Order: sequence, then C-alpha cells, then structure tokens
Amino acid sequence: MAFVQDAPKDSFRLGMLIYDTRYRSITIQVVVLILFLLFLSWLVNNTAQNLAAKGRTFDFGFLWMRAGYDINQRLVDYTNDSTHMRAAFIGLLNTLLAAFVGCIIATILGVVIGVLRLSKNWIVSRLMTVYVEIFRNVPVLLWILLAATILSETTPQPRDFRQTPEMEQAGEEPKASMLFGIIAVTNRGTVIPEPKFCIGKPQAECDADPNEGGLGVIDLGIFKVSLNLLALLVVFGGSIFVNSRITKQANATQEATGIRPVTWWKSLAVLIIPSAILLWALGLHFVVPELKGFNFVGGISVLHSFTALTLALALYTAAFIAEIVRAGIMAISRGQSEAAAALGLRPGRTMSLVILPQALRVIIPPLISQYLNLTKNTSLAIAVSYMDLRGTLGGITLNQTGKELECMLLMMGIYLTISLIISALMNLFNRAVKLKER
Amino acid sequence: MAEQAIDLSKMTISDEVAVQISNMNKWYGQFHVLRDVNMTVHKGERIVICGPSGSGKSTLIRCINRLEEHQSGQIVVDGTELTNDLKNIDKVRSEVGMVFQHFNLFPHLTILENCTLAPIWVRKIPKREAEETAMHFLSKVKIPDQAHKYPGQLSGGQQQRVAIARSLCMRPRIMLFDEPTSALDPEMIKEVLDTMISLAEEGMTMLCVTHEMGFAQAVANRVIFMDKGQIVEQNSPREFFNNPQSERTKLFLSQILGH
Ligand SMILES: Nc1ncnc2c1ncn2[C@@H]1O[C@H](COP(=O)(O)OP(=O)(O)OP(=O)(O)O)[C@@H](O)[C@H]1O
Ligand SMILES: [Mg+2]
Repeated sequence: MAFVQDAPKDSFRLGMLIYDTRYRSITIQVVVLILFLLFLSWLVNNTAQNLAAKGRTFDFGFLWMRAGYDINQRLVDYTNDSTHMRAAFIGLLNTLLAAFVGCIIATILGVVIGVLRLSKNWIVSRLMTVYVEIFRNVPVLLWILLAATILSETTPQPRDFRQTPEMEQAGEEPKASMLFGIIAVTNRGTVIPEPKFCIGKPQAECDADPNEGGLGVIDLGIFKVSLNLLALLVVFGGSIFVNSRITKQANATQEATGIRPVTWWKSLAVLIIPSAILLWALGLHFVVPELKGFNFVGGISVLHSFTALTLALALYTAAFIAEIVRAGIMAISRGQSEAAAALGLRPGRTMSLVILPQALRVIIPPLISQYLNLTKNTSLAIAVSYMDLRGTLGGITLNQTGKELECMLLMMGIYLTISLIISALMNLFNRAVKLKER
Repeated sequence: MAEQAIDLSKMTISDEVAVQISNMNKWYGQFHVLRDVNMTVHKGERIVICGPSGSGKSTLIRCINRLEEHQSGQIVVDGTELTNDLKNIDKVRSEVGMVFQHFNLFPHLTILENCTLAPIWVRKIPKREAEETAMHFLSKVKIPDQAHKYPGQLSGGQQQRVAIARSLCMRPRIMLFDEPTSALDPEMIKEVLDTMISLAEEGMTMLCVTHEMGFAQAVANRVIFMDKGQIVEQNSPREFFNNPQSERTKLFLSQILGH
C-alpha cells in the first residue's frame, strides 16, 4: 500500500553529490569516466587527423593481402602466397608454442629446485641457491642471447656426424655423434625423431608419404586437425573419466570400511593400456633422422631460435618459481608437520593432506604472474629472429605495409587476450584450492 | 577445580611401566641438551615437568614421541623401544598423543575434519565411525557445536581444547602436553586446565610441561624439576613445593612463585 513508507527520504540537494557518502563515490566515478572518454576521443581524433594529413588511412584491409614472405617455423600450412592474417596466425601459434613449452619446463624445474632448496643436504641446497641467484639476477635477454650463441657456435656441422671410408679404415670415430642415437644437435638446428602413423601399408611407403598417415586429417579451412591425435585425445579423456570413477569408488569404500583399496595399478592400467592399444593400431612409429650426404633427412628439425628462446625463458622463470614454491612451503609453519607426525601421519600423507593444500593457496597467485611474464617475454624472440607474433605481424608485415598503428593495436589486443585467458584459467584453479575459512 | 568429584591423590597408579627412559643423551650439534636422563613413568601417573627456560623440557617430551631423535641411551614407550625402525615409531606415535603450545590445528580443515583426519588415514576407521568418535570427544571438551567451523573462527582456549580432542580421537594411552596454556589469555587458561583435570580423573597417563603450579599441586602425583638438560629433583608436589632439596630448585621456586 502506498502508505507503507520507506524511511523518510531527505529531499535531494545538489550539494549531496559531493558531501553525501552515498553519492560521492558515484559522482567521482562519473567524473573520471567523462574525463577519460574526452581524453580518448581527443587521442583518436588527433591521430586520425595526423594520419589524414599524411594521406594515410586507418584500416585493416592489408590483413587480406598477400604476405609474400616466408616463415621458417610453421605449425600449420603457410606459403608466401598466404595472407598477412595467415602470417600473423602462424606467428601467434609460434608465440603460444614457446610460451606453452616454456611454462611447462619452468614449472617442473621450478618446483624441483624450490623443494631441493629446502633440503637438509647443505651442498644440494647451496647449489640450488646459486642457480636461483644467478638466473634471476641477469636480464633474461642475455640468457636468450647466450643460449642462442652456445647452440650455434659450439654445435657440430651435420657433416661432422659422417664417418668417411678413410676414417673407417683408420678406425676413427666421426667427430660428432647423436644424442642417445636418435637426436642430432647440429649448428643448423636440432633434429628429433618424427612420429608417423601407418595403417595397412608397408612402413616404408608411409614414411615416403609426407602426410601424417594413419587416420589422416580433416581440413577445417584455418588449420588441419589430425584425426590420429583427436582419437588419442578421446581415448585418453575416456581413460581419465574411468580413472576418476575408480578414485571415487575408492573414497566411498574408505568412508564405509576405513580401508582404502589399493588402486594405483588399476589407475595405471586404465590410463595407459587403451591409449597404447590405439597407438599400436594406428601404426605409430618414429622416423629417426638419418645422415644422407651433407644433411639429415627424416625427423623434425627444431630451430635453434626456438630452443634458445624457450630454454632461456624456462630456466630464467624457473628461478622465480623456485622461490615462490620455497616461500609457499616455508609459509606453512613447522608446527603443522609436527602435529601431523605426532598424530602418526607419515611424511607422504602429511605432504598431501596437510602441507600442500595450504601451500598451494600461497603459491598459485604469484605463479600466475610468472606464467604471464613468461608469455609476454616470448616477444623477446626478436633477439634471435624467432618468428613469433611480433616477428610476423609486428615485424615483416608492419614494415611491408607501413600500417604501424594497426599492427601495434592488433598485437596489444592479442597479447592482452592471451594474458586474460591464462589469468582466468588459473583463477578457476585457484578457486578450487582456496581456503574456505575466516 | 571446585566441584572436583574424585580425589586425585588417592587414585591408584599401576605397577606397569608406560615410559622408561634410561641414560638418555641428546645433542644439538655440539650443544648437549639432555644429559643422562633417567626416568620411569607408570601407567596412570600425572607428571608435571618444570624448570627454567632452555633447560630441555620440551626436548625431553618431544623425544618420547620421536619428534626429536636421541643419540644415546634408551627410550621404551609401552614396551616399544624407539629406534630408527619406522614401524616402532609409528606404533609409539599411535599410542602417544601430544598437545602443543601453539595448538597447531590444521587451518584448512574444519574442527571435525581436524579430529577425523588421523583416525581415517592412520587408524583406517570408517568415516562415519571416526566422526562419531570425534563428536564424542568434542562434547567432552565442551565444544560439539563448533564442529563445522574452522580453527581460525575459534578462541585460543577453544582451539586448545580442540587440539586435546584431536589427540584423544586417536585413543592414546599416554598424553604429552608442552606448555598447553602459555599461549592463552588468563581467562581461557582455566577452561583448558579443567579439560586436562577431567582427563586425569579418567586415569590417563600424562606428562605435562607447565608453569601452572596450581595445576601441579592439584593434579600431579610427581613433579620433575629440570635444569641445564638434567633432572635435578623429583618429588611429590607437596614435598617439592614445601621442602625443595637443591639450591637450584629453591631459586627457581622463589622466582616462579614470586616471593
Ligand atoms: N632445533 C634446535 N637446534 C639447536 N638448538 C636447539 C633446538 N631446539 C632447542 N634448542 C636448544 O636446546 C635447549 C633446550 O630447548 P627446549 O626447547 O627443550 O627448552 P625448554 O626447557 O622447553 O624451554 P622453554 O621453557 O623456553 O620452552 C635450548 O637452549 C634451545 O636453545
Ligand atoms: Mg619449551
């Protein structure tokens, strides 16, 4: 009813916009927003006028034009007849590859080093300290250059792997030999074995075919999807699902009877056997690089620029991650593990039930920012001419088309998007392990 | 302590030995923390250990559940000798409960989960049963209604009572207390001491490091005085407080009782 009234309202006066706490913050925000929009429109207007004065336009049409340059590392199809957009896409994939591989290596290395740094063994912990201090106190650009120099200067030429008939007679070994007999590190790049699939054909025939073999690929237009990989993903996803059911069942049994059934061998079998059978059925085998004449044939050649960039970024970031992990574990007081020990929990269980759940909360937020740093630092690829997003879109494309502003804005937008996606994913994970108390 | 139903001084102490320590020595690097400690604790005994700061009281009781390792001599707990054998250590730890000065509750688990963690993973008790046991002991320390809160939401006194309940859930035969009240505000000390007294009344074997001399007089059947890593004097509370033998004990008592 109309008579049921809210608390009596003060009549609104203009002064309240500034002095009333209810309106004050809104007022400030509105004012700031207006100022920002004014500044932005001035900036855009000014730029547009300047461009117009120089007789240039602001448009992205160049993206659909022929790029005309080659890229030495292509994860998907590309020729110099492809468009600038395609070149940018190739660059983006190269950026993502370096960031992804770098983050994985950095995480594994960082965790191991961080834990070892807490070791009671004096030499081990001191060595880890030295690693951390050396790596994080030299600019990462220098590490990238150093890695590139080492890789190109100290590695043998492909022909050094050869054993000439004269050498054979003299009983001499070739100057260089392959790592584990399957990886050749040369001054032109690292050649690693290439996985190939083969169904219903002699292996030699499949190997001669440049295509992937097995189930083949489907062409999505933008890129091709390997059906072999897809099948593997589906089967492995299924395995993970079955495994989670096994774990759930074990939990239920433990709740009911107190005894936790031994499931590790079941999990192992469920996770490995189906995928192994699939790979066998698809005829998976590895083509080991082979020296023919003065160069290696077969296998995948990995560019030194990629190896140097990724390795240096990973080693550098690992030093920071090690510190984060160490701090995270140390933040859990010794009393926690003592209390667990006094209750009879073994060290392994103490780690998984008491220490880690608490340490992860401390570790994850700074870990996110390390992943973001590494991803953004991949743009240092310029130092070793690795063709990442900056090298393609922000490098050759930019120079050829003269569309500086457009290229810069595009690149910033793309890096921003990548960073936001990483943050969002990690925050989801963080929420899952977060403490619910207080 | 007013409505004390049972006269603790009349409670029987069995002949069975709970803890036997003989010629035990411990060093921290060069530093000789415990020197030639000999001590026998019988089942049902309530022992208070006191002494100046740094005298090795904490180290001594932490040796009993092997939170610290001794270097020579022998420690036998309920018939099991503490050696490097992990099985023996597990056995002893499952029979000896410990309460710490700073509670050391697990902050990421609820009170109930704190109490059921070890029974489930160490004793392999079904969850339902472990929770029933936990609720039983939480009611005993008078905080069953806090079971689903987290440690950070409880007062210090409540947290320490949870810590006691958590230990009891493992059904220990011996309880070790390392200054359980010295991190507490005065008004919370009593609630924790009351819990410990009721434990004593049930015949629990207790070793307690504390400076609460009132508690020692009311509950202990023996007071042990340590200084510089040695047991200097041990006696019944009455004798200990009224008729201390050594000069060091007299000095300590005059300081702590404030005369
Ligand atoms: N981990 C350690 N490493 C080296 N020395 C230690 C260590 N722990 C304790 N100490 C030393 O051993 C001695 C005995 O320590 P302890 O903690 O047992 O004393 P306390 O009698 O419990 O003293 P307080 O009343 O202050 O708790 C002290 O001098 C202490 O400095
Ligand atoms: Mg102490």
